[in-house]
Amino acid sequence: MQSAAAIEAAFRRERARVLATTIRATHGDFDLAEEAVQDAFAAAIARWPVEGTPDEPRGWLIAVARHKAIDAIRRRVKLREIVSEQAAQAAGDACDAPSERVAVADDRLRLIYTCCHPALATEAQIALTLRTLGGLTTEEIARAFLTSPVTMAQRLVRAKSKIRDAGIPYEVPEAAQLAERTGAVMAVVYLIFNEGYAATAGDTWIRRDLCGEAIRLGRLVAELTGDAEARGLLALMLLHDARRDARTDARGDVVLLEDQDRSRWDQAQITEALALVPDALRGGPGPYSLQAAIAALHASAPRACDTDWRQIAGLFNELARRQPTPIVALNRAVAIAMWQGPDAGLALIDQLADALAGYHLWHAARADLLRRLGRHPEAAAAYRAALDHVGSAPERRFLEGRLAEVSGSACDTR
Amino acid sequence: MQYLLMIYEDEKVWNALSEAERGKFYGEYMAFTADIKQSGHWIGGNPLQPIHTATTVRVRDGKASITDGPFAETREQLGGYYLVEAKDLDEATKLAARIPGARLGSIEVRPIMRVG
Repeated sequence: MQSAAAIEAAFRRERARVLATTIRATHGDFDLAEEAVQDAFAAAIARWPVEGTPDEPRGWLIAVARHKAIDAIRRRVKLREIVSEQAAQAAGDACDAPSERVAVADDRLRLIYTCCHPALATEAQIALTLRTLGGLTTEEIARAFLTSPVTMAQRLVRAKSKIRDAGIPYEVPEAAQLAERTGAVMAVVYLIFNEGYAATAGDTWIRRDLCGEAIRLGRLVAELTGDAEARGLLALMLLHDARRDARTDARGDVVLLEDQDRSRWDQAQITEALALVPDALRGGPGPYSLQAAIAALHASAPRACDTDWRQIAGLFNELARRQPTPIVALNRAVAIAMWQGPDAGLALIDQLADALAGYHLWHAARADLLRRLGRHPEAAAAYRAALDHVGSAPERRFLEGRLAEVSGSACDTR
Repeated sequence: MQYLLMIYEDEKVWNALSEAERGKFYGEYMAFTADIKQSGHWIGGNPLQPIHTATTVRVRDGKASITDGPFAETREQLGGYYLVEAKDLDEATKLAARIPGARLGSIEVRPIMRVG
């Protein structure tokens, strides 16, 4: 006999798969499928303690949810009286499916591609993915994205009705579109991760939860698609997240990578990620895999001074070729500074002035190199410029600390 | 499902084309139309006369008012449409991407609402 809590745990675990298959039975009607899945859960709560837990809980839940969905379609058809041919056909198709032995195919892949369809707005893709594939409630998603539950609920309703009314297919895209569409799925997963990781605002607990959800989704995408770049993305998220406890001090202030207490990094997670990287890098690696390889080099350095900056600079060269953005160029310049010295890095950073003059981290990176070169008055000016553009309070405190340091030692006669 | 593919383009861009370039577009349109008739997607479609021929009708308090316009505030104007049959949105957007005007302006893809 199972307690309600155990049934609830089983349900949380199986919900996405049960829902994904039920949506197929409802011909892409998300709302109807969600209701049917909820009903199946209620039936499990009522029956499992009495009848015993079925041998295949997932198959049982899918069979019941499908049954409920088909019933609802029949009722709707009757209710309408005018039985349009199409609706009757749909209900008929669904009834023909054997409900006793349900083929427990994994429909989550269809669900991912549909939730991340480019015809939906990015915010809608994120919300729908977290709601249907993740374990988050509408309230939790709203809290994570700092909007009201009402706004988030409306966003979900609109997205689901667009899927239904515009005829967004509930299918894995054809081969010709697969790479592009998988890219869109990965972008959504990484956006969710960064929303949790950036910690610019909002509830800490729910933000950590977002990182966990993104990793769970990333694992699912890597597993179901077998895509090398998806493995790279998973590794990248695992490596970043492994440093979560060391990234801030007790006051919530930023601790730079080089100053982090590496014993506080999550070694189990790093080990898992390091095993993924070689595979992800095979055959023209994509941007996520390259970033994962960079993060892996950081993660495998026992001390900051052991970091293999030469290899990191090489990987940034490769990344800059694929993603010629100013931000990547800035990171490449910093890596080259660490490898070949501040002079080499500064020359590269100064070339980015036009593109990044409004970005606080460009000023901060410049300031840091000037500081290392002992050009303190220039460093102080650059820290002040960084402070003019910075957003979050912990970063501000860090920059102010550095500014005080270079201003002080400028007059220092030591 | 049925979809209306609405072809929006900037008439100024169209007018700036040379006679030969315009002729090439007409040829492509004819070939595309023949093609989607052949494949069974075509239900209907027409080019529209330019925006300066447009007239707007409104009925307020039972009284019809007829005005010149619309005076387009947007850069792109509706220049024509196709009504097509497609299995889903992905098929409809693929058809839309083949419309020659998609390279000059943009195509709005809207599902037809079934009534009754």
